[in-house]
Amino acid sequence: MQFTIEVNNKSIKAEKGETILSALNRNGIKIPTLCRMAEFTPTGACRMCVVEVEGRDRLVTACSAPVEEWMKIQTHSPRVIRARKTIVELLLSNHPDDCLYCDRNLDCELQRLSDEMQVRERRIRGSKIKPRRDQSSPAIVRELSKCILCGRCLRVCEEVVTATSIDFIGRGRYTHVGPAMDRDFNFSSCIHCGQCVLVCPTGALHEKHYLSEVQEQLSKSDVTRVIQYSPLVPYALAGELGVKYHRDFDRLMNAALRKIGFDRVFLSGAGTDILITELADAVISARDKPGRKPLIVSACPAWVKYCEQFTPGLLPMLSTLKTPQQISGAIIKSVVPATVYKPRVYTVSVTPCTAMKFEARRDSMTRKGISDIDTVLTVRELARLIVLYGIDMSNIDPEPADEPMALRSSASLLAEAAGGITESVLRLIAVMAGEKEADRPAVKKLRNSGTFREAMVTAAGVTYTVAVVDGLKGLEKLEKMIEGGADYDLAEVMVCPGGCVNGGGMVPAGSKEAVRQRSKFIWQTDDQEAVKGPEQSASVEALYGKVFDQCSELADKKLFHTNFSKRDVLL
Amino acid sequence: MSKIDDILSHYREGSHDSLIPILQDIQEAEGYLSENAIVRIGGFLHMSTTKIFGLATFYDRFRFFPCGKVHLRICNGTTCFINGSTSVVAAVREALGIEAGQTTRDGRFSYELTSCMGGCNEGPVVATGETYFTHVRVEDIPEMISKLKALADLK
Repeated sequence: MQFTIEVNNKSIKAEKGETILSALNRNGIKIPTLCRMAEFTPTGACRMCVVEVEGRDRLVTACSAPVEEWMKIQTHSPRVIRARKTIVELLLSNHPDDCLYCDRNLDCELQRLSDEMQVRERRIRGSKIKPRRDQSSPAIVRELSKCILCGRCLRVCEEVVTATSIDFIGRGRYTHVGPAMDRDFNFSSCIHCGQCVLVCPTGALHEKHYLSEVQEQLSKSDVTRVIQYSPLVPYALAGELGVKYHRDFDRLMNAALRKIGFDRVFLSGAGTDILITELADAVISARDKPGRKPLIVSACPAWVKYCEQFTPGLLPMLSTLKTPQQISGAIIKSVVPATVYKPRVYTVSVTPCTAMKFEARRDSMTRKGISDIDTVLTVRELARLIVLYGIDMSNIDPEPADEPMALRSSASLLAEAAGGITESVLRLIAVMAGEKEADRPAVKKLRNSGTFREAMVTAAGVTYTVAVVDGLKGLEKLEKMIEGGADYDLAEVMVCPGGCVNGGGMVPAGSKEAVRQRSKFIWQTDDQEAVKGPEQSASVEALYGKVFDQCSELADKKLFHTNFSKRDVLL
Repeated sequence: MSKIDDILSHYREGSHDSLIPILQDIQEAEGYLSENAIVRIGGFLHMSTTKIFGLATFYDRFRFFPCGKVHLRICNGTTCFINGSTSVVAAVREALGIEAGQTTRDGRFSYELTSCMGGCNEGPVVATGETYFTHVRVEDIPEMISKLKALADLK
């Protein structure tokens, strides 16, 4: 039902049941918000969005108050503006004020609000919060002095990720955000997914940077520097650099990385192709075994840690295959030769993920004390590296990546959206069974929205049942189905809703719709690209046909497998 | 261990409403909320320990370290404050070498600041168990502590 309300002495249309904020936004009026997150129930805690409603003594929070027919609203009256400005000034009163040195400089919501509210002097002085910098986690840094207690991170952690690793601790001016028993992150149940980093308005939570480490290695003369990047990285990087993405951008990126000083550039997508191939083999060979249990994809490192902590009962079903990053890493450290002049090989991986930073440091990802991947960078960090080394992306020539991992299939890009790995595996199984392609409408069910999706796909008379958990909210359903005896051939779990397109190392998407747009880009690209599956990729053919045979360590494929065990943390 | 089991048996499993009563009971029985107790409650109520710890730290009453054999409560109410409780706290801090909420290494003493205990005309008030010291002055502290030390050694 629509009705008219009066806003700033003009009539606008509003709908019954919506909040004041959404009515205003639809009519071209912007209201600053801070604690609000789209698609979450509003809390009205920060009071940034207050408006004046005639007949009410107090200012009303637009984000949480429902709009009503009699309302006469002032959105930018002197009283409202003064209130908002005071809120920002109060937030700044105990803030460290080291914006120039802050991780989020020029990209900070508090900074932006302070500018929008024209705060030009320190009117209110509070005692500064005691600095406490928690660097214990390999993926996420927590800087308590920069926290403004908006509570977005802990709501995401509880309501989206369901790990509930952080909460408000203490009361009043001693309140801060932290894990159970006020420990540091490394002892907590944090799964390093980085969803909290995406929603933090200030620099209180950010990924751990490894750029200085990379720079140091780039300056050495006795190191072979290798970099690999996930299929989604070029697209995301273009967004972060503010360049329009086009088909040649991937190859421009190769050139840029070489200009920075990397000796070899590989595609992690080739690793994804191998993962898909191995998974398809595993699914097919498991079919005939008696007492078969669902095979659960372990390609999401945050999910693996979650499983080790919260659902150790599922560990035996977890595929022992490594993630694409680690498969590529194992290949790189096996085939890139250490020479007399360059005895060390240094590997960097660029991903849309923060949990990969943790994964690269797992014990089982090292050989003789040498890790397969030395450093993991997020897309945001790579953008900084490119800017730091003064690369002008619009003025370089495209270059191909290096053999033996120079090509990828579009299936590997597909794997960056939730359900994509399962879809690619099903497509490969269909081709292996001799069909031209997999049953499209059946497979595409995996692209639906919803946190739990199922599909049944028949290839050459054999029906495969699969399930996809898109965001851990759907995990409960999967557990119930497995408990109830559901006979899945393959189940995929992605921690970040939407998959890697919404990963903790990406540029914040802001809404489900924006995440969906990224997935749509992936699906479109999949339709356009010629090499659809690993079976068509020349790199995969060369790897299996030649490279693996030449290397004794790779020949038995043991390097592609790892192991998981129950993890003892405070849940 | 059995103490916690006994307390939990009085409550319904998974009932989030029971969290604060359970915390109170356990603190009453054990003197503080141990990490082990919080983990057990989390399992019993199907709640994250992070949430339980976060909630418990909201209230001044809950402790997370065992208190000393003698636990002093120093009134921090308005009247006691005016009567000089701040200097009493400073003297206790100096005599024991610990901050409020901490416990001495030998496990004898701990102290905390509390809100008004109702002895406003007798302030500053310091209490341990059911024993109350009134009109406490800074110069009384050393003697008081040495007497209580003897008491602690008896426990």
